[in-house]
Amino acid sequence: MKFTVSWLREHLTFDASLEELSEKLTAIGLEVEEITDRAKELEAFRVCYVIKAEQHPDADRLRVCQIDTGNEVVQVVCGAPNARAGMKGVFAPSGVYVPGTDLLLKPTKIRGVESNGMLVSEREMGVSEDHDGIIEMPEDTEIGLQYAPLAGLDDPVIEIAITPNHQDALGVYGIARDLAASGLGVLKPLNTAAIAGTYDSDIKVELKFATDSAPVCSKFLGRYVRGIKNGLSPKWMQDRLTSIGLRPISALVDITNFVTFDLGRPLHVFDADKVTGNIQPRMAKDGEKLLALDGEEYTLSTSDCVIADDAGAQGIGGIMGGELSGCTEETTNVFIEAALFDPIAVATSGRKLGIESDARYRFERGVDPAFIESGMEIATRLVMELCGGEPSHVVSDGVGPEWQKSVDLRKTRVKALGGIDVTVDEMMTTLDRLGFAPKDNGDVISTEVPSWRMDVDGEADLVEEVMRMHGYDSIEAIPLPRLTTVALPSVDLGQRRVRMSKRLLAGRGMIEAVTFSFLSRAQADLFGGVSDEIVLSNPISADLDAMRPSLLPNLIAAAGRNQARGFSDINLFEVGGEYHSDQPDGQLTVVAGIRTGSTGERHWTGAGRTYDIFDAKADVLALLAEVGGPAASAQVVTGAPEWYHPGRSGVIQLGPKNRLAVFGELHPAVLDAMKVKGPVVGFELYLDNIPMPRGKRKTAKDPLSVSDYQAVERDFAFVMDADVSVDKVLRAAKGADKKLISDAKIFDIYEGDTVGEGKKSVALSVRLEPKDRTLTDDEIEAVSAKVIQNVEKTSGGILRR
Amino acid sequence: MGPLFYLREIMQEIETLESELLSEISNAKDLNALEAVRISSLGKKGRLSLMMRGLGKMAPEERQTVAPKLNLMKQVVTDAIENAKHALNTAALEAKLTAERLDVTLPVRPEQEGRIHPISQVMDEITEIFADMGFTIAEGPDIEDDFHNFTALNIPEEHPARQMHDTFYLPEKADGSRQVLRTHTSPVQIRTMLNSEPPHRIIAPGRTFRCDSDQTHTPMFNQIEGLVIDKTSHMGHLKGVLKEFCRAFFEVDDVEMRFRPSYFPFTEPSAEMDIRCTFAGDHIKIGEGDDWMEILGCGMINPRVLAHCGLDPNEYQGFAWGMGIDRIAMLKYGIPDLRAFFDSDLRWLKHYGFVPMNIPTLGGGLSR
Repeated sequence: MKFTVSWLREHLTFDASLEELSEKLTAIGLEVEEITDRAKELEAFRVCYVIKAEQHPDADRLRVCQIDTGNEVVQVVCGAPNARAGMKGVFAPSGVYVPGTDLLLKPTKIRGVESNGMLVSEREMGVSEDHDGIIEMPEDTEIGLQYAPLAGLDDPVIEIAITPNHQDALGVYGIARDLAASGLGVLKPLNTAAIAGTYDSDIKVELKFATDSAPVCSKFLGRYVRGIKNGLSPKWMQDRLTSIGLRPISALVDITNFVTFDLGRPLHVFDADKVTGNIQPRMAKDGEKLLALDGEEYTLSTSDCVIADDAGAQGIGGIMGGELSGCTEETTNVFIEAALFDPIAVATSGRKLGIESDARYRFERGVDPAFIESGMEIATRLVMELCGGEPSHVVSDGVGPEWQKSVDLRKTRVKALGGIDVTVDEMMTTLDRLGFAPKDNGDVISTEVPSWRMDVDGEADLVEEVMRMHGYDSIEAIPLPRLTTVALPSVDLGQRRVRMSKRLLAGRGMIEAVTFSFLSRAQADLFGGVSDEIVLSNPISADLDAMRPSLLPNLIAAAGRNQARGFSDINLFEVGGEYHSDQPDGQLTVVAGIRTGSTGERHWTGAGRTYDIFDAKADVLALLAEVGGPAASAQVVTGAPEWYHPGRSGVIQLGPKNRLAVFGELHPAVLDAMKVKGPVVGFELYLDNIPMPRGKRKTAKDPLSVSDYQAVERDFAFVMDADVSVDKVLRAAKGADKKLISDAKIFDIYEGDTVGEGKKSVALSVRLEPKDRTLTDDEIEAVSAKVIQNVEKTSGGILRR
Repeated sequence: MGPLFYLREIMQEIETLESELLSEISNAKDLNALEAVRISSLGKKGRLSLMMRGLGKMAPEERQTVAPKLNLMKQVVTDAIENAKHALNTAALEAKLTAERLDVTLPVRPEQEGRIHPISQVMDEITEIFADMGFTIAEGPDIEDDFHNFTALNIPEEHPARQMHDTFYLPEKADGSRQVLRTHTSPVQIRTMLNSEPPHRIIAPGRTFRCDSDQTHTPMFNQIEGLVIDKTSHMGHLKGVLKEFCRAFFEVDDVEMRFRPSYFPFTEPSAEMDIRCTFAGDHIKIGEGDDWMEILGCGMINPRVLAHCGLDPNEYQGFAWGMGIDRIAMLKYGIPDLRAFFDSDLRWLKHYGFVPMNIPTLGGGLSR
């Protein structure tokens, strides 16, 4: 909402400086966003006298002028046809920024003649489009005066942000009313005296809405003014409108715009001669078309309210008038509309039709229901003043909505909610100034909410009214008292696991990314796909339309972008949600990471090692251990989802039903589809699936148990079918004697001619750690035999001798 | 030949052998040569050993003369070999060390350096500050229903505030309802109040979504919400909590701040908070200066919201605030472009990211 200081003065008498005014507006909740002070911008543009204007020696259309600026005499080369000796003009010295040309003036030579500054036109000053010649000031103007005040440009424009609860401040009068309540200035009364009509309007009004619900147009006032002349509006009105960025059109249209911004009361004017029969506000027919004032044709539906006549729709109620019945310069009879529309209906229609208008903006926030008559009188007076004419009696239909509300304020509530001390006297005065007609009723102050404050409907609103007028500055910062003396962690174990995962992976050389929760459905399809219920109805773009079913696609796409930037070794991870339904339990918290390229770039010690699936497996096992998961006891099996390489991927699970993580090389076809260079290895860990520790939390660790007796290592090699999983072999070996065997490790895998087609040799080292004595050879032999027997039995292999 | 002559000859022979052996020892170029000398002298069939063995055949008086001589010689030779061995070892080690010389200016092996994203880092910082004030973290789903995201927060259908939200919608269901991507973290307030008993002191960080994308907006961003519900906390406490937060977060002794009346459907009275700052070139100094910077919205919980959550507004009251994590990360760490947060450009992540061991704590300092 924009207005100028002089416009405000039409409604408010005040002495405050511009700065005080600005601070007060912000303090009462009308936040000042910008102040444009043309006088300040144009300070250097001053009245000057042209002493001499002679022909330029080398250019027919240029004149060399001697200028008296009041301080000195300077030479300026000027091309304007009206530059002549003896005139008074406006001079801009060197070093000044000229807004209309976007240039900084510098001393220069024009065709060999020195020029210091400029005689300016209105366009060059950015005050109008006039560029027929330089500005001519009246002969008696004092030399050296600033131009801006003389031209009426010393009127700062203030732009304030309007919150949805302040529909009362969508007119300059409402802003003045709020400022007056805050104590800055005195509100001037409006002249709303009724104008006597002299005849009955030719056009009648009849609301035509179904009676089973509240009508979208609850009240409609009309008035015929005949014999008017619609020309340009006067300069003062044009200046007002121009200053806030509106284009003056004609007196009638300007009046509607002016009243909209001056009083927050939208109006419409029909060319009465273009109205057929009577005005009938009603709901549109399905498919009914209307050419609106913006030149666009709109197709309406039964949820849009139209202002129609016998011929059809002539305007969209509360949103925009129609082109065909609009006023033009030829209009001689006008029909003025002042109506009230339902905020929700206007908002819905406006949004659906995509029309932004000053009327819609106000009606959807709520227009003062008790100001329709006054608005009509003020508009009539302006029409008569500007265009002449003879007014009819007002015609109307509808009674408007019930808006009266009573709200009580307990005297203790300002202190209890706001934390500030305000006397009852001050509360009463403030509420009175704001129009709440307060009454002191013992413990409470009873109020009647004014018609222009439809947002106020509860005690807390009144607390805010009192507080914003008193000043939020007086709220003192008080420390929040402690609830408990026991230091409890602010994160639970699940949240702690998220934090640990991030630090662990970063510690393993991976870089954390944060990517969007949505992606293209095509990419989602590569990763298991998503159901229709989690595809956005209104995505920001077609490639961000599906909620991600996995974190990997975004990371892989990120790898692709970084490959395009010239990086080949990429280690990225993300912790966040993946989505499988539109319900809270359809969102899983996942830690995912990818690695591609090698452990390092080419280096004097040799090239880095290419990442393979065992890097991903190492990452995910380390993660599992870090967050307190069963890293050692979980099973590693095949069967990872289809976006992994079928032969180079695995699942880490606790039994067949609880999948903790998947890892592996990404499927080459997936990488191809995403145009990313592979191989890429990755993992996904499902944090929610990791069991929580059972029993009471304890801080003491299990006691340390070490053996002082000599440990023994024995090596074995078995030949077995190539598809036997090594995990089985290790489990069999360890299971041979759970007390004695502390570890078993694979140290060689061999496939080749010597072991036979489809076979492999697996070499393992088994460590025996006796707890209470040194082992004898016989005992070692016995355990070894058990190892051999177990492994042979489980793997179907035989010991290599 | 008389025995004396014989004896003299033997003694002569011993002396000759000794000088020969000592000479061979000192000429031995390496440990192998030295070992050969040792074997040829002290080995089973070594010359010295043979002579020693010859003692047995000698007459006792001869032996009395020759034996000490031989023993002495054995000692001399043994010592000489040991010394030579030591000298050779030392020389060999020195040669080895010389040969092993490396150019220590060579670069080390490459290591991948991990980073924590600024959003995570700042979230950890914020958690640390509010943990100290007795707050716990609460979370909620990214996909919300209309009730939690709007209705319970006093944003009815068609309320103008819904338009400010640029909501992402999921498809309409058979019953006409549509799930939304939460437009703010405020639904977590509702979940907290509905699922547990007051008093509440929570912060709720997380992803939020609005259908908006330009220089300063991304369709996904991160917010953090705070909620306090009890029977006495008022706007003075709200200001106190936020002042404490600003001081701790921006790591300055004092932050001049201002509350301005504002509007949010879920708070009444509502305020926006500005803090003092100065813009010095591309850097912002927080806490003092001539400019105000808006950093968050806040207010007392609207009684209707309390009622929606089953709390009696005449018994319970409290406040809430919400702010952009990304935005305050940008402010604190001088990060210029919001969009870059979500682009995963390695150059950006390495530059603006944090090393893993830089864990923010109040005791150790939030930032280094």
